[in-house]
Amino acid sequence: MKRLIDNIARYVLTVSGFTTSVVILLIIGFLFKEAVGLFNNPIVEDGYVLALNKENDVKRLSAQQIKNIFDEEITNWKEVGGKDMPITVFRLEDLDKHYTEAELGAEYEYAGDKIAEQVHQTPGIVAYVPDVLMKGQKDIHYIENQDIPVKDVLLGNEWFPTATPSPIFGILPLISGTLWVSFFAILIALPFGLAISIYLAEVANEKTRKFLKPIIELLNGIPSVVYGFFGLAVIVPFLQQTFNLPVGESGLAGSLVLAIMALPTIITVGEDAMRSCPRSMREASLALGATQWQTIYKVVIPFSISGITSGIVLGIGRAIGETMAVLMVTGNAAVMPHSILEPLRTIPATIAAELGEAPAGGAHYQSLFLLGVILFFITLIINSCVEIVSSRNKFKK
Amino acid sequence: MKKCVSFFLGACCMCLPGILMAQRIKGSDTVLPLTQELSEMYMNQNPSATVTVTGGGSGVGISALLDGTTDLAMASRKIKFSEKMKMKQSKHEPCEYIVAYDALAVIVNPQNPVKQLTREQLEGIFRGKITNWKEVGGEDARIVVYSRETSSGTYEFFKESVLHNKNYMSSVLSMPATGAIIQSVRQTKGAIGYVGLAYLNPYVKAIAVSYDQGKHYVYPSVESATRKEYPIVRPLYYYYDKQNEKNVMPFLNFTTSKEGQAKTLDLGFIPR
Repeated sequence: MKRLIDNIARYVLTVSGFTTSVVILLIIGFLFKEAVGLFNNPIVEDGYVLALNKENDVKRLSAQQIKNIFDEEITNWKEVGGKDMPITVFRLEDLDKHYTEAELGAEYEYAGDKIAEQVHQTPGIVAYVPDVLMKGQKDIHYIENQDIPVKDVLLGNEWFPTATPSPIFGILPLISGTLWVSFFAILIALPFGLAISIYLAEVANEKTRKFLKPIIELLNGIPSVVYGFFGLAVIVPFLQQTFNLPVGESGLAGSLVLAIMALPTIITVGEDAMRSCPRSMREASLALGATQWQTIYKVVIPFSISGITSGIVLGIGRAIGETMAVLMVTGNAAVMPHSILEPLRTIPATIAAELGEAPAGGAHYQSLFLLGVILFFITLIINSCVEIVSSRNKFKK
Repeated sequence: MKKCVSFFLGACCMCLPGILMAQRIKGSDTVLPLTQELSEMYMNQNPSATVTVTGGGSGVGISALLDGTTDLAMASRKIKFSEKMKMKQSKHEPCEYIVAYDALAVIVNPQNPVKQLTREQLEGIFRGKITNWKEVGGEDARIVVYSRETSSGTYEFFKESVLHNKNYMSSVLSMPATGAIIQSVRQTKGAIGYVGLAYLNPYVKAIAVSYDQGKHYVYPSVESATRKEYPIVRPLYYYYDKQNEKNVMPFLNFTTSKEGQAKTLDLGFIPR
């Protein structure tokens, strides 16, 4: 009978462990599959073409060039390697300006001919039109469509996911924004967190600790959107006045909010680790004539270092992955941060703000999955670093 | 007549199992509050009808219409050409119904002396070509530009109408909600942003806008928008499948009835 129960237990544990691992692997696989799909998308939105006059000999344009042309930053074909003639931008909506609805037909059946007419008439035209309309049109030169290059995404420093005709997915500003905010958050949270956990574990008397600890743990239970609102209404104006900034929404506001949010984790885990230091070691140190402070930093902290580091890592994890609070206070400007007092944009905030209306399966949607994968790698790297650090510490002991 | 209609609706329901007397409306968050109020009034008048309203955004609503999981799609932008083509390919025809109009007001901090701007100046500001208030007749202070998130229909409309389809500068501050823009403009001296007319409040200052190079400046208000003088006005749409027309028409007619229009005005939208 006992053996039967034993076998059943073993079987249940194996099955549940196995399925959980498989599910986790599948989730990661799904993430990667969606993310890699981004690089199979053409730079000009799917289903559309850029049509040129047949006299024009420009063959290829990068996403950046297309954006600048349609923003009228580039106004001459000479600048993108063509002949010296001005660029005329033409969008599908411009059809209404040139033709009446009757001329275009109820089902847009004549729209293709009319677009072709425009393209033939204007030598410097670049027309951004659906490819179904252009089927069967003659004497029109198209820009070669290429897949989104990996280099432009990973090293690009502009994020315009909804720009037409050619969205730009440079993720560098988002990665640097995330790391920048998290770095400062930990820089702020670490000294305070350590100080409080040492105080709670070693200095405070039983009564104070029993009073303080639940309050600190309560901080953990406050929803992040409340922190975000607090940040927007209190921290942002405060920073604006203190540093006399033109704009209060900044990386520092995000770091401060994140630091407050990471504190309870660092404190609780750190304190637990320090309190698990055996009484015998502490007393031995005191008996040898060490002062309380000497005992803390020579005995207690080295003993509990792996617990303290895991607290810090959990804190960093919370900071990097935090979405709502950061979304509300950092200003979300997708630019490379030069100082912590400027607005910036983080990866989780971008995903949260944009996934809602990104058409499923489109390039924008897949680019958000790519951001998820990158976030996954950042956390993975941090976790492995800690693993290495703590294993080395064990070895020393 | 009413009996006849309800009999017909009943017959429709028999033909399409799964679709009961319910009407499902999905889409833009801008149109959502209006639709909710209207549908409640409609259900009070017609106890047999049930209308379920959900938000999610214009794009979500239209793709739900495409899948046939909603009867009406709310949209704060016109249906895209590609979406229309997709509908046609699956042998459905999208029909458009304008339910109301919504005006966008450009807002600045109340301490800002600037009262009016032309469209060209606004384009310069939102594209990062004009960066100091003194270039447009204000104090010597940096302009801080607030915008909505890229997924918002408001963002797209402002881009189309004011920026003539050009892109915003990359350092624009994008806020997740209209409330956040108001809060930020209220506490930032050099700020400029845009919100729906219904959200205007005394903590921010709306500015007059000119679309004819500074000849006429118009201050945003329900009156000026109704008189078609204020230029930054967009229609709010309902989209439905032509085959489903008989099913949705009673509700659509209700929205443009006298009471429906009175409610529309009440909520700060401009009746059609």
